[in-house]
Amino acid sequence: MKALILVGGFGTRLRPLTLTLPKPLVEFGNKRMILHQIEALAAAGVTDIILAVNYRPEVMEKYLAEYEKQFGINITISIESEPLGTAGPLKLAEEVLRKDNSPFFVLNSDVTCEYPFKELAEFHKSHGDEGTIVVTKVEEPSKYGVIVHKPNHPSRIDRFVEKPVQFVGNRINAGIYILNTSVLERIELRPTSIEQETFPAMVEDGQLHSFDLEGFWMDVGQPKDFLTGTCLYLSSLTKKGSDLLTPSTEPFVHGGNVLIDPSAKIGKNCRIGPNVTIGPDVVVGDGVRLQRCVLMAGSKVKDHAWVKSTIVGWNSSVGRWARLENVTVLGDDVTIGDEIYVNGGSVLPHKTIKANVDSPAIIM
Amino acid sequence: MSLQIPHRERSNGSSGGATKAVILVGGASRGTRFRPLSLDVPKPLFDVAGHPIIWHCLTAIEKVPSIQEVYLIGYYEEAVFRDFIKDSSSEFPNLSIKYLREYQALGTAGGLYHFRDAILKGRPEHIFVLNSDVCCSFPLNEMLKLAQEKDAEAVILGTRVSEEAANNFGCIVSDSHTRRVLHYVEKPESYISNLINCGVYLFSADVLFPSIRSAIKRRTDRPRLGSYRSSENMASSFMIDDDEDSQKNEVIRLEQDILGDMADSKQFFVYETKDFWRQIKTAGSAIPANALYLQKAQQDGSKELAPPSANLIQPVYIHPTAHVHPTAKLGPNVSIGPRATVDAGARVKESIVLEDAEIKHDACVLYSIIGWSSRVGAWARVEGTPTPVTSHNTSVIKNGVKVQAITILGKECAVGDEIRVQNCVCLPFKELKRDVANEVIM
Repeated sequence: MKALILVGGFGTRLRPLTLTLPKPLVEFGNKRMILHQIEALAAAGVTDIILAVNYRPEVMEKYLAEYEKQFGINITISIESEPLGTAGPLKLAEEVLRKDNSPFFVLNSDVTCEYPFKELAEFHKSHGDEGTIVVTKVEEPSKYGVIVHKPNHPSRIDRFVEKPVQFVGNRINAGIYILNTSVLERIELRPTSIEQETFPAMVEDGQLHSFDLEGFWMDVGQPKDFLTGTCLYLSSLTKKGSDLLTPSTEPFVHGGNVLIDPSAKIGKNCRIGPNVTIGPDVVVGDGVRLQRCVLMAGSKVKDHAWVKSTIVGWNSSVGRWARLENVTVLGDDVTIGDEIYVNGGSVLPHKTIKANVDSPAIIM
Repeated sequence: MSLQIPHRERSNGSSGGATKAVILVGGASRGTRFRPLSLDVPKPLFDVAGHPIIWHCLTAIEKVPSIQEVYLIGYYEEAVFRDFIKDSSSEFPNLSIKYLREYQALGTAGGLYHFRDAILKGRPEHIFVLNSDVCCSFPLNEMLKLAQEKDAEAVILGTRVSEEAANNFGCIVSDSHTRRVLHYVEKPESYISNLINCGVYLFSADVLFPSIRSAIKRRTDRPRLGSYRSSENMASSFMIDDDEDSQKNEVIRLEQDILGDMADSKQFFVYETKDFWRQIKTAGSAIPANALYLQKAQQDGSKELAPPSANLIQPVYIHPTAHVHPTAKLGPNVSIGPRATVDAGARVKESIVLEDAEIKHDACVLYSIIGWSSRVGAWARVEGTPTPVTSHNTSVIKNGVKVQAITILGKECAVGDEIRVQNCVCLPFKELKRDVANEVIM
């Protein structure tokens, strides 16, 4: 089987993290975002993966070569010379996708969930039509495009309603699809949208079905959602009883959902959790309080600091008695001075912060 | 006015004449800007650098050998200063300290005049008058020396401030060579001088009371303008009206009513201090005052201060009954009051922690005053904003709104674990369970 991952640009919405690494290489739950997807695809029997990007991904090549070896798969990078939207990249990669007649997966690289590729493929095969899109149920459908089924049919899509004012349903497009190769005939090689153009045409012909997603779903394309998505991911690990998580029997674990890389060092009298991810080679000092935050590889949180709803970027350092909160994001190699308060600061790489950031701001 | 009364013969050559000191302490209805702290303790008795504000005045007074008698004049109740005077009498055995209570607010000069007989008893040659709401090094001996050199009738302590700040104070124009005061205006509208009145004076006993008396006389003689009432109120308010006027006449202030005239007619000199000086008006101004007195104590080699260590940035005052965990980091410019506790890994900087207050583990207290028996929870952050060293202002502009720079918790307040409080003033007995910034919490 084959899959195409829509990576697109460098991921400006996830800056300042993506000033250092392209989005697919940013660690989510201590694992690069792209690896979550490659792992799940490989597990479902996918052997060919295309990454649709519109930048030169030199930094990615090393990792991708490693993953090819690790999973015994082929990874192709398909570079758009101009952005082709969400459907154009499929046409661009037509050659690989048409390698055989089996259907192929398409997924947005920003989406995190418990990827149900196997079940999706089985369901797709069972209805025999051209395409299946994964849908997830949301509380407030008015903010999204909602899917409406044909009357008296559990999965065949009748229409899409963009930002419905009246309740017509609560299933939305989760950004994961399985399509027959015949769909490629519907797409022209130009900037075009799969959601706006390709799918409505398939719906016209009664060729598009929906598949309900179990468990969590999140678009983690920006820092606020990255943190929320991390919480959902850690909760799902807890639910599964994953041994990746740090056991609650550790005296510093507070409220569970704590994922700590074995190489990280934790000081005395800390209170960590809930919803904390600590990457490799991180050093956490004494009396540190961490909750709802991500500490990327090589970062350091010094004694008595208090960190909440924050992403501490790679190799950054948080000073003693510092306090970070309200979606603060530190880029690579940022230093926060002792006793400094940062409220919603987005700090670009290699900066040193010596004065409080009292209200949300970008520190260039 | 031009008549020079030959009353200075005693001052000629007799430098050993007795001197007395008066500390003007005000009353409970004054000093409202010192709230919420003055809701629980009279401002003159508030502890900065481990001691009541007026204790710092007394230590300076004690260093003048010719002073044996000190009066506190104000209109607080008698009992207010009883314990302080008792303690001070043993701490300053060479000083006799008495509280003279005004039956009503008479003004800074009116109070002095009211108690003139007590003050003049024993025929002192000089009288120091100190406002209790200033924080400075009180160079009283230097002022006395200048008075003797210049054969002065009055000496005022002056300091230079920025030109923008000057018109918030009494402004002194002086002859830079002779140091004689040529002109004095209280809080002028326009810029006159950046040499300002520090609220510390030395008067010749022979000049002070006659000057106040003539100010009272001027007040009484002055035709009253705009005091006519409408006819329907006339009859009923007649008696009260009269009484009110006589009260008003007795409110005579040194700054507004006396110093200007002295500049015109007397041998009035200014001693300009290059040392620190701050007003203690708002509650937040206790923080710079605390810092300045602690730094002075450090310079003087005071044994009271905590010794330096890895977790202590000097100067820091820790009361002997306070408990500070060895992993807590304190300083600079911190005072920890009696029986206060600072737990493991807590951080306290540029702050005053009052009696019985409790700072829990890993909490952070910066530029704040933690009230008596207040509690700061674990990992909480109580924070003010530093103001420039040269600033005489204790407010800062945040998002276009003027807020108090120093965070103040009144008596028995509680800040929950992990809660953040920034630039807030919290009245007594409040519990803070959510993050707050730039607020007054009633």
